Amino acid sequence: MSEATANKIPVTVLTGYLGAGKTTLLNRILSEKHGKKYAVIVNEFGEIGIDNDLIIGADEEVFEMNNGCVCCTVRGDLVRILDGLMKRKGKFDAIIVETTGLADPAPVAQTFFVDEDVQAHARLDAVVTVADAKWLSDRLKDAPEAKNQIAFADVIVLNKIDLVSKAELAEVEARIRAINPYAKLHKTERAQVKLSDVLERGAFDLDRILEIEPEFLNADDGHDHHGHDHDHGHHHHHDHDHGHGGLKHYHDEDMHSMSLRTDKALDASTFMPWLQDLMAKEGGKILRSKGILSFSGDDDRYVFQGVHMMLEGDHQRPWKDGEKRESRLVFIGRDLPEQLIRDGFENVIPS
Amino acid sequence: MSDFNPLQEQESIVSVTDRVLPVAIGASVTSVHFLGDKAAFVGVEEKVTLVDPAGAMSPVEVAFGGILCSTSDGKRIVMGCDDGKVVVLDRDGAVSTFATDAKRRWIDSVALHPDGAVAWSAGKTAFVQAPKGEVKSFEVPSTVGGLAFAPKGLRLAIAHYNGVTLWFPNMAGNAEVLEWAGSHLGVTFSPDNKFLVTAMHEPALHGWRLVDGKHMRMTGYPARVRSISWSAGGKGLATSGADTVIIWPFASKDGPMGKEPAMLAPLKAKVTMVACHPKQDILAAGYSDGTILMVRMTDGAEILVRANKGQPVTALGWNAKGTLLAFADQDGDAGLLEL
Repeated sequence: MSEATANKIPVTVLTGYLGAGKTTLLNRILSEKHGKKYAVIVNEFGEIGIDNDLIIGADEEVFEMNNGCVCCTVRGDLVRILDGLMKRKGKFDAIIVETTGLADPAPVAQTFFVDEDVQAHARLDAVVTVADAKWLSDRLKDAPEAKNQIAFADVIVLNKIDLVSKAELAEVEARIRAINPYAKLHKTERAQVKLSDVLERGAFDLDRILEIEPEFLNADDGHDHHGHDHDHGHHHHHDHDHGHGGLKHYHDEDMHSMSLRTDKALDASTFMPWLQDLMAKEGGKILRSKGILSFSGDDDRYVFQGVHMMLEGDHQRPWKDGEKRESRLVFIGRDLPEQLIRDGFENVIPS
Repeated sequence: MSDFNPLQEQESIVSVTDRVLPVAIGASVTSVHFLGDKAAFVGVEEKVTLVDPAGAMSPVEVAFGGILCSTSDGKRIVMGCDDGKVVVLDRDGAVSTFATDAKRRWIDSVALHPDGAVAWSAGKTAFVQAPKGEVKSFEVPSTVGGLAFAPKGLRLAIAHYNGVTLWFPNMAGNAEVLEWAGSHLGVTFSPDNKFLVTAMHEPALHGWRLVDGKHMRMTGYPARVRSISWSAGGKGLATSGADTVIIWPFASKDGPMGKEPAMLAPLKAKVTMVACHPKQDILAAGYSDGTILMVRMTDGAEILVRANKGQPVTALGWNAKGTLLAFADQDGDAGLLEL
């Protein structure tokens, strides 16, 4: 982590549908003996059972930015609160923003990309989504907010697993993976998760984009999914469960992810305009994007990430000897124009 | 902002740095006001430090937690705090709690009327209390970004998302809304009561001519405008947000419409604070690299008050007579200059 990044206050965004266990997790974070002091921005006062002098009530005011970009929304109240908090640096080590159950995480995340003052002093650490093992499958069907929260997450705390059978758990996990195969998933009872699994994740730190692999490839369930990198065509509007060693594969009807890969070095002068144009035109549908890129004539790995239309990227580090120089991109979104993205990508791969 | 002619390279700039009386506040300062001839440095939390012209310091505890905003009329300082309190510090250093928000919300903005009325806001609600009057409140559609009293009459401008509401607290109902898309964070009336200007969340100012609501767009800033100051007589509005001081002309009946702003005192740093002299066409400007300049608005001549060392300048203010300039930076390194 660069020094500039290290000096910024980390901000964890805690989302989750109503009743999933956000407040339980928040109370755990605050009551655990970690020697750290958190400023907590909550939507409802009174639910937190811990004395903490830095609990601030928020109004979840979502503003459109006047930059002609319709999906470019920010949390105006957050700009104001962070501005007030940043003057009091040293009084706390980190900030947690709890959203309401119905909130879309995008405006919160975008606040950290768009607002210069927020950007100067704070960094988004991760979006943590608490999900209810018993009810999530239902919510994914009837609540678009719940789907957004899963799609947006860097970390998913699948809570209340003691209330479901093994089969139900496998089912809900598969449904989560259909939307977001990249998030870290923790299965918990009463939100019992290690704090290090939800805090200080550095999920938005470009320096820490190491690899982009669907999380279940590395998961502890021991199944071998190698070679299946979601490059197959998507079959919308029906569930198809082709069992890969137990974890069923669903395809969510409208929210899913896709990945692209090439081992041919890309030409930055054609690739970047394509990516920027894609984000400008289709960014409304693309919730999250990430990429590790190999450009010709460049010995550095280039990494980028995006939230809707907002992109940031940087040279990360030199490619290592023996490291496979390939470019990988992932997109998570709603009604992704998958063929258009694939065709566009093919077009900018030098032949 | 094209009409910009940087001053010719100056061999050496006139400096008064050796005449500055250094003051070590020791904690971050957000604003400085004058109570009589004492400079009052408002801290980020807990304290206001009063400093007399000889440099003697007397800290005053005013809050338990953070001080979020402050304003002064030279007789008292009104502050909004993060424990829901509106606190007043008067000339003899006495502190009193003026109001307490029922829900203990942050007091985000405060304003003072020449007749003594105090306004404050918490969340979407603006409050006004006139001397001997009762507290009146008005709710706007979104969180209040800033408050300002009109120079005449009891009329309060409440900045919020998508515009400004003009409220007459002594009249029931009919508040007037001036609309402009976007988030309005600061608001000020021109001293002649003809114009209203807001500082927006995006790097721009927006203005309205009050007689007919005509819009004035003031754009082109590289950064958000956080400091604005009317020149003596209200002929110009000096602003931060660029690497020069931007001064919009307000002398004619059309204000800055169709005109270019003056751009003075360019440096390789961003202007963070501006403060116009109360009587003459002089202003003080503080920069992100710690520099402070005094600038003559008529010809752009500069005098160096503080060299470019230290933290960004966060507070700058003149006393009412214009004989004392006080400043402070983010680390609490402060100073007084007697003219």
